[in-house]
Amino acid sequence: MKIAVCVKAVPDTEAKIVVAADKTNIDLAGVRFITSPYDEFAVEEALRIKEKHGGETVVISMGGDECTDVIRDSLARGIDAAIHLKDDDFKNLDPLSTGKVLAAAIKDGGYDVILCGQQGVGGDNNQVPSILAELLDLPQATVLMKLEIEGGKFKAEREVEGAHDTVEGSLPALFSAQKGLNEPRYSSIKGVMAARKKEIVVKDATALGVKGKVGGDQRKVKLKEMIMPPDRPSGKKIEGDADTQAKTLVQLLRSEARVI
Amino acid sequence: MSQGILVFIEQRDGQIRKASSEALSEAVRQAAKMNEPVSAVIIGAGAKSATAEVSKFKPAKIYTVEGDDFVSYSTEGYAAAIADAVAKADPKFVFAAVTSLSKDLMPRAAARLDAPCVSDVSELRASGAGFEAVKPMYSSKTLGIFEFNSPLSFVTLRPNVFPANEPDTGHQAAVEELTVKPEKIRAKVTATHTAEGQKVELSEAAIIVSGGRGIKGPENWPMLQNLCDVLGAALGASRAVVDAGWIDHGHQVGQTGKTVSPQLYIAVGISGAIQHLAGMSSSKVIVAINKDPEAPIFKYANYGVVGDVMEVVPKITEEVRKLHENN
Repeated sequence: MKIAVCVKAVPDTEAKIVVAADKTNIDLAGVRFITSPYDEFAVEEALRIKEKHGGETVVISMGGDECTDVIRDSLARGIDAAIHLKDDDFKNLDPLSTGKVLAAAIKDGGYDVILCGQQGVGGDNNQVPSILAELLDLPQATVLMKLEIEGGKFKAEREVEGAHDTVEGSLPALFSAQKGLNEPRYSSIKGVMAARKKEIVVKDATALGVKGKVGGDQRKVKLKEMIMPPDRPSGKKIEGDADTQAKTLVQLLRSEARVI
Repeated sequence: MSQGILVFIEQRDGQIRKASSEALSEAVRQAAKMNEPVSAVIIGAGAKSATAEVSKFKPAKIYTVEGDDFVSYSTEGYAAAIADAVAKADPKFVFAAVTSLSKDLMPRAAARLDAPCVSDVSELRASGAGFEAVKPMYSSKTLGIFEFNSPLSFVTLRPNVFPANEPDTGHQAAVEELTVKPEKIRAKVTATHTAEGQKVELSEAAIIVSGGRGIKGPENWPMLQNLCDVLGAALGASRAVVDAGWIDHGHQVGQTGKTVSPQLYIAVGISGAIQHLAGMSSSKVIVAINKDPEAPIFKYANYGVVGDVMEVVPKITEEVRKLHENN
């Protein structure tokens, strides 16, 4: 079983986000990068599939130098090999272009399973897994709470509104992880030491055959600018004892806010 | 030349989703400004019986796709159906509501047509002869404004943000049945298990009551459920209580849970960690009930109640009940 897991380096979810002077990037001063939270579940699932079925795991990450620590973290948890997709052309890609770069890196790798987090925090697009499945011409099951693989087939459970769907299909396939799919392990000191010795293969746009095909004017949607959300109106504090508070609140919701 | 908007309508057994009627209504409003047509596509068992309902939102044309390959949902089958409907309608834009199904489907259908997709859009702003899309980024800490640079683009719209038009029972849309033969279906839904407990769906609920650490323990969910019941609200939760095992992850609101934009969000015993605010700060009206007057949630609340949730919540439930009895 050969397993690819795509991870993204994203600003720490606790970080204060400030729009940079160019209006299309965030100010990176003091921002720490982490593995996108959903990708941690994908990495853990890759390790579990390998533990059960044997094989090889490969972490793939697209981005600048911020990816290095994130890739090392996956390696420290036990991922076998790493590919870093790095090129100035890969900055600020739209999801379709991101899918094209990842697909170029994955397509001839002979992978049976491709895992992603269900979305990268930041862009919050929730698109790359489905785009990647289409470009690689693979079946997909996304936002998974459960995944079983046996005899070239899979059975997965995905979260939908008020229900869980069971999805069944054949390998090779692409999966995206939702929180709850598993409990990610911590890296061991031994793992961290071993990760330092593992090679990270770097590939650029030319090596991937996507030079001039992604980014820049090829982007079919373009982020014009980022703005801060409007401030919320300053709130009313509802005073009095519990009886008065309850009465006042319900009256205000009815007659002032008109929402009940 | 491509023109107009095609809207994907999600339905189950002939019942269309409220969020789909909102997306269709927005498409009708936008297309009217551009003086271009709106069509709708309904897929799956029950598609034909949903046409009467969809027609009330006034698309010019409705395409339906049913058949053996569409008895249950498959990403590949539905993507083939969307691609065929696009070939027929030749639109500039394909709209859909953000739902679990559309998150799985729309990016794949768009990629099949080498078209871009802007997802989870919360506003369409007039720009030139058309519009730009505004979407929350970095968990709603910023808003991104996107311009389209493609003859065909997909847009998914956040539920509860775009108002649904008044249904017009007099309108009759033309209906055309499409015969779609997907090339491959290698994965499909084989069973659906309804989750227990949630009576109203979180992402589409007009009112949400959420509980956090301040409700003290899972034995107090019935207290919140009672308030949900009188308000017709969905029950949400903070990450802290989901991680503590008090409630299923399906109820989690916030960065690693659901993003919601209800008309009314009542946060009970939730301090307002940045990850939680990320998921609910675009709610229209926010009520915070917390014993700690310094809790960050109060900075976001339209109405703040400092008090003991165990005492205040049952009284609010009672007041709402009385209100309903008197009307």
